[in-house]
Amino acid sequence: MEPFSMQQWIEQPWPWWVAGPLIGLMVPAMLWINNRQFGISSNLRHLCAALPGRVPFLRYDWRGHGLWNLTFVVGILIGAFLAGAFLSGNGTAGIAETTRSDLATLGVTFNGGWAPEQVFAWHRLTDVAALMILVGGGFLVGFGTRYAAGCTSGHAITGLSLGHPASLVAVCAFFAGGLVATHWILPLLLGGAG
Amino acid sequence: MSELTSITDTSTTETSPTETSPIQDLELPSRTGGDVYPLFLLLGVFFGIVAIKSEIVSWYRMQEMFRFQAFHMYGIIGSAIAVGAVSTRLLRRFVPKTLAGDALHIPAGRDPRSPRLVIGGFLFGLGWGLVGACPGPIFALLGNGMGIMAVVLVSALAGTWTYAWLRPHLPH
Repeated sequence: MEPFSMQQWIEQPWPWWVAGPLIGLMVPAMLWINNRQFGISSNLRHLCAALPGRVPFLRYDWRGHGLWNLTFVVGILIGAFLAGAFLSGNGTAGIAETTRSDLATLGVTFNGGWAPEQVFAWHRLTDVAALMILVGGGFLVGFGTRYAAGCTSGHAITGLSLGHPASLVAVCAFFAGGLVATHWILPLLLGGAG
Repeated sequence: MSELTSITDTSTTETSPTETSPIQDLELPSRTGGDVYPLFLLLGVFFGIVAIKSEIVSWYRMQEMFRFQAFHMYGIIGSAIAVGAVSTRLLRRFVPKTLAGDALHIPAGRDPRSPRLVIGGFLFGLGWGLVGACPGPIFALLGNGMGIMAVVLVSALAGTWTYAWLRPHLPH
């Protein structure tokens, strides 16, 4: 292993064996503070509950139940900003060569950012494929997480850490959906867009 | 949002008879209050930095994962689960009370046979594969300056809202 270099630590992406354990520690940290469960998708519900409306599932004391979690989200926004401003966290350093060439066949070029600009850009919203990905994909994330009662943090990290069989079922379903989206839907959408 | 509000108005009359029978559980934590907000803020900052620096917010990284072409995401999720499991066991053994002063309570899982896990999970997975970001990374990317994720976030809120509205009619 190479000697520790602060410079490298700031500029390079962090390896999985640093990031994974740090994320795993969210689970006991939140339980320790106030018996809270690490799960980010609940915030989508808390935000909906903060809007006016009469849907029973959204009528509850969202501040009492969710302000801690929304505070966590504000922290995420700040942390992600700081990582970009001071830790060179501004894009993907590199991806597998196989992924790069697979994406190239779909007309997607690896740009060193977070996502391909042929979809993730304001001026692409007029394109049907980009719109389906951003709006349709976003809708499914919001609908599916609440229907399944959790997302990657709530089911995959928290639920599996605590040994919940239900979370294993959910995570398998997440993955099945991700595979279908990657291997069937994206080629259909992006292939059509040219 | 005025559109959404008008749908709400019609839904209350439609759904109120069924709402009493199938699902009365609002799925909320049993407790309100006792939260140490500065600590949650700090945890969030920490998570935001890790999410960006480990590139788990990257659409390309999700593609690597769903194409089985890199170990990175599997390593992160796997080691997060391992560390979460061990550290929570240690917490349970050595820390009897929360910071708020309550007995430590490790939540129980829900019924693994619920169809909601498969149907809802699959639908979420479709969205995850398309936008390449789950809820945490959506927020992280916004904070990092990727403004277009606002479209994804608003769509996700619409999705959650629609679920809440249709909930009495969906199999759980």
